[in-house]
Amino acid sequence: MQTQDVITERQSDAAAGDVVLKVQNLSLDFRLRTQVLHAVRDVSFELRRGETLCLVGESGSGKSVTARALLRILDKNGAIASGRVLLSGKHGDIDIATLNERSPELLKIRGGRIGLIFQEPMSSLSPVHTIGSQIVEALRLHRRMDKKQARAETIELLRQVEIPNPDKMIDRYTFEFSGGMRQRAMIAMALAADPEILIADEPTTALDVTTQAEILDLIKRLQVSRGMAMLLITHDMGVVAEVADAVAVMHFGRIVEAGSADAIFHDAKHDYTRRLLGSTVKLEQNQRATTHAEPAATTREPVLSVRNLSKLYGASAGWFGGGSHAIKAVDDVSFDLYPGENLGIVGESGSGKTTLGRLILRTVEPTSGTVTYFGQGEPVDVTALNKRQLKTFHRDVRLVFQDPFASLNPRMTVKEVIGDPLVVSGKAKGAALEKRVGELLELVGLDPMAMERYPHAFSGGQRQRIGIARALALDPKIIIADEATAALDVSIRAQILDLLLDLQKRLDLSFVFISHDISVVRYFCDRVAVMHRGKLVEMGTAEQICTDPQEPYTKSLISAVPNPDPRHKRMMHRTRFTA
Amino acid sequence: MLNYVIKRLVYMIPTLIGMSIIAFTIIQLPPGDYLTSMLASMADSGANVDPGQIERYRQIYGLDAPMWEQYWKWISGILFRGDFGYSFEWNRPVADLIWERMGSTLGISLASLLFVWAVSLPIGIYSAMRRHSVGDYAFTLLGFIGLAVPNFIMALVLMYFSYKYFGQSVGGLFSPEYAEASWSWGKFVDLLAHLWIPIIVIGTNGTAALIRILRANLTDELNKPYVVTAKAKGLPEYKAVLKYPVRIALNPFVSAIGWVLPELISGVTITAIVLNLPTAGPLLLRALISQDMYLAGSFILLMGVLTLVGMLISDILLALLDPRIRFN
Repeated sequence: MQTQDVITERQSDAAAGDVVLKVQNLSLDFRLRTQVLHAVRDVSFELRRGETLCLVGESGSGKSVTARALLRILDKNGAIASGRVLLSGKHGDIDIATLNERSPELLKIRGGRIGLIFQEPMSSLSPVHTIGSQIVEALRLHRRMDKKQARAETIELLRQVEIPNPDKMIDRYTFEFSGGMRQRAMIAMALAADPEILIADEPTTALDVTTQAEILDLIKRLQVSRGMAMLLITHDMGVVAEVADAVAVMHFGRIVEAGSADAIFHDAKHDYTRRLLGSTVKLEQNQRATTHAEPAATTREPVLSVRNLSKLYGASAGWFGGGSHAIKAVDDVSFDLYPGENLGIVGESGSGKTTLGRLILRTVEPTSGTVTYFGQGEPVDVTALNKRQLKTFHRDVRLVFQDPFASLNPRMTVKEVIGDPLVVSGKAKGAALEKRVGELLELVGLDPMAMERYPHAFSGGQRQRIGIARALALDPKIIIADEATAALDVSIRAQILDLLLDLQKRLDLSFVFISHDISVVRYFCDRVAVMHRGKLVEMGTAEQICTDPQEPYTKSLISAVPNPDPRHKRMMHRTRFTA
Repeated sequence: MLNYVIKRLVYMIPTLIGMSIIAFTIIQLPPGDYLTSMLASMADSGANVDPGQIERYRQIYGLDAPMWEQYWKWISGILFRGDFGYSFEWNRPVADLIWERMGSTLGISLASLLFVWAVSLPIGIYSAMRRHSVGDYAFTLLGFIGLAVPNFIMALVLMYFSYKYFGQSVGGLFSPEYAEASWSWGKFVDLLAHLWIPIIVIGTNGTAALIRILRANLTDELNKPYVVTAKAKGLPEYKAVLKYPVRIALNPFVSAIGWVLPELISGVTITAIVLNLPTAGPLLLRALISQDMYLAGSFILLMGVLTLVGMLISDILLALLDPRIRFN
């Protein structure tokens, strides 16, 4: 709560607060093969000491390249077309935009006065150098320390970012760190030279909600204690509401609206801002409660029944009875899925939710337990099926994947992609196939004329629609959607979810919806199962799980979800779960 | 790490056994044996041959024994006595013949390998960093020419130039006046004067290949976020590139040892013949033609061993270079 007080105080005298960095009419051009892409147009903003400016926008809006332009680390084909980037200093302002790419002044600013944190802490750190050596390097570059001093300082920095046993972890490699720890190390590196400005480019997008909350917390505390100005780039309005003092909304390379966090959230002027907020806030409510007349009737017969399902990894590996080292990826999970129901499975990465989905499909063999499918006629024990019978089962239970870019073969036309399951199962050929593919495309809201095109011609959301059409090709009864919306922008995410709900009504589908995103699950699902370390810790209606969780783990999970309302910050008083 | 090395060494044993069997089978495959080919060449030159004597030789050499028996005789000699057999053609122990040639062969091979690295590393880095620049295209062209021109033509051309413009005696590793002399500064300089031709001829091929590999690898690595991080840290570009992406793109260089070693020893036969180099290649060719089975078999076996050793060395170096391999 203390941190909040500091922020509001800053906000009140924001007008008088000293400006550290001023961006004026910045435009960026990228030379492409055939044309010049005007990625950013006339962007202006100011960073003030001790304040956080959030740059919000969907992918492709130009927010990341803007941040990179401030350090002049654009890709080779990009250049600052016009505008000024003024960094205030003791001897007047320095215009970064005019500095020579190799000048020592610029190198001093990079890392020395402006620190940068990236989205992917794994790929942003070198895999073949120790964490310590990479931080020591930054220290020695900017603070003229000898090796011993730098090492001691690095340990101190690691301690500040709350890495346990910093004197040991300093000699570890990135792949020995967890995602959250890597991001902490990255922060330590960015802060090594005590910069005045911290640029964080989607710093928590790759992290779990609870880890995200901790990292945001940490960044905020460090920012306040050091009095840094921060530019935070994100697509997540929830994160913005939690940490922003000021907000700038970017759309197609322009800042369409800027103002204080409160003004943006509660008094948005621009159309696009309202739309962005709308699709975020929309996900805060449960769609099913309002559209679904009858709540999932537990008296009905389930369509899929999972009993005591477990998967152990590494149980029989090793010569010396490695059973004690076995990892229980899924541990004694039981649930029922009813016809026409959406069951959400939430959990953090490594909680076993994806494995659970694979076990149901038996693309991964379960160690013990049963999966029973009640399709037409006799109940089928999925765990006892042979390969051919499994094929029939896979017609009824389909999978939608997370990554719409990787899950479509780039060398197949849309018709081939969607028609593939039909061809494989021998259900349709020739003109019948074409007709069916056309129907499916219409069903998912795409133009049937598009069937001759290749996946690269479509946007992420459209590709996900193609993936859904493919899943629907064989008239399935159950669809397992594994993080089906995780790779999409927030407005498109809502569209895809609405599409799935619409399809469900028309085709009488049941969904197992696997996600780490609580808001998506809340919007989409009737019931939610919470997984933690392979175990199903709590199960209940979506509304109950999200508003009145019972188990301590669920409580900590829910409280870590950022709330898209700066007047009600949730994360600052969240409950922590330690086990 | 030690475990890893031991495990690799243990795995090498069955591979070596299989390899020795295959090597021996290969040299037995062509019809006839050393004596038939000797007979043929003697008949060609019009000499009279007594079939009885041939038969006696065959018994003495054990060429009439079944194949597995011959194999056992050969391999047990190698294993227990370090005896690789006897060369019919040279009338000397195979081991002597091979070791005699091995020194110069290894010397030339290592020198070529160093040449390959020294040339391809800077060019590869330059080409990757300045992709599609004039310099990149020039080096690409040179590289492709190096790949495309057969080694023996390159050898002939270089010999011609060195004779015409430097007035050197061509072929061999030494000028006639130094050939039998003991080591001295003058002999060393003379060696260097001769050595550059084989090194360039043998090295161009590998250089061109490694430049392409390094350029492709480094191009991938240069766009990785950790390079941007290094730049954002304030490292000058060349330092950031040398310290981070180049380190990772180096892996194929190290792996190259595995295939470069046997390639350099066996694959340069034609070059060695053209340049009259006292290396192992021409000896092997001669042994194969005359069906000098112990010499040929031992050579093939040795080459297999060198391949395995090369692979082992490169794998160990890779593990040292890349912690991700070391820890898995």
